[in-house]
Amino acid sequence: MKVSYYPGCTLKSNARNFEDSALCALRELGVDVQELKRWNCCGTVYSLTTDDLMRHLASIRNLIRVKEAEADSVMTLCAMCYNTLKRVNAKVKADPESLQKIHKFMDEEKIAYRGDVKVRHLLELLREDIKFEIIGKKVKKPLTNLKVASYYGCLLVRPKEIGLDDMENPTVLDDLMAVLGAGAVDFPYKTECCGAYQTVDKPETVADRTYSILTSACGRGAEVIAVSCPLCAFNLDHRQKETAKKYSGFKKIPILYFTQLLAVAMGCGEESLRLDLHYVDPKPLLRLKGLI
Amino acid sequence: MRTNISKKKIRDDFVNKVEEISGQKLLACYQCGKCSAGCPAVGEMDILPNQVIRYAQLGLKEELLETNSVWVCASCYTCNVRCPKGIKIAEVMEAVRQVLLRKRKDHVQVAKLSDEAKASVPAIALISNFRKFTS
Repeated sequence: MKVSYYPGCTLKSNARNFEDSALCALRELGVDVQELKRWNCCGTVYSLTTDDLMRHLASIRNLIRVKEAEADSVMTLCAMCYNTLKRVNAKVKADPESLQKIHKFMDEEKIAYRGDVKVRHLLELLREDIKFEIIGKKVKKPLTNLKVASYYGCLLVRPKEIGLDDMENPTVLDDLMAVLGAGAVDFPYKTECCGAYQTVDKPETVADRTYSILTSACGRGAEVIAVSCPLCAFNLDHRQKETAKKYSGFKKIPILYFTQLLAVAMGCGEESLRLDLHYVDPKPLLRLKGLI
Repeated sequence: MRTNISKKKIRDDFVNKVEEISGQKLLACYQCGKCSAGCPAVGEMDILPNQVIRYAQLGLKEELLETNSVWVCASCYTCNVRCPKGIKIAEVMEAVRQVLLRKRKDHVQVAKLSDEAKASVPAIALISNFRKFTS
């Protein structure tokens, strides 16, 4: 199976652990991942204004790159890229007039985009194309005795027309963790915002959110949190430093991308996990469970 | 707080601007408060999300622009997906931010952020922050 892949900025830097583990796991699952030859930032956030088409340009250019690669769909790993690319695509598809204006502006692009690229998240590929039961059969190292709370955040599930699962009670990550042999821990804060980009100018606000989200998951018995967004990962992992300073008695907990857990289960080597990029070291827990 | 409402304010261009930028009809809101009940950021806000809508309906521009609420909102869309009237509250928040940003009144002063602050967060955080909080 061949898949066209859009990485996005952070996957090539802070979230190298996300990309490397995903690529290794997909290799094990027999997927031929082809990164777009050229790509630019997706814009990271979808513009909520009705009158500023300029903000959609970055996403449209990436979708044109997909057409240039002669593909009709593109896979993302980052939840923010997924949301932004998919929403821009849906917007121009429903509003051809806006697409025409964008085209007139980008007169150097050779392909006239028609809104016909399907934007998909890796989780959709795993659930719909490969299928979870097949993944379950290919598990080499089951995540036995590991209690994982899956954190969905905002942009995988909202708004409804963009989300890949039920927006109030998503279970796709939990279902995946279950076929990998882990104990899936449900918790009420799984779709509560982590504070996102407020982390730049209001890190203390993010520390409060991190505290609420993580203590809720720990209270339900979670040993590790699985995430799918590099910004959530940063806030929940690295902001534990500020959280621990603010809340005495706060117990740190490792944060892993769901792809790192998938890679472990698929038998990928430790080098593909890039565990050196974490603030809270996941190695002691993974060693304790015999997973690395 | 005593607030004066007047026909003049309600018909002010500010109300039209917010409606136009957001694409939302402000008067559709009947103030049920569901947006505020589910908002994860209300603890930090000066006024609640439903009050942001109310201020905007009444053209209370100065009062609204003095509060921190629109800057605390991180567009998580919890309010949008739960509003019984289908109003996109996050879009209204963005429109109010844009009224200021389009006058070059940036909320985050990029030049004042230290190199250390910039280096300590990933690119995804910086780009999204600047796209939301600067002009």
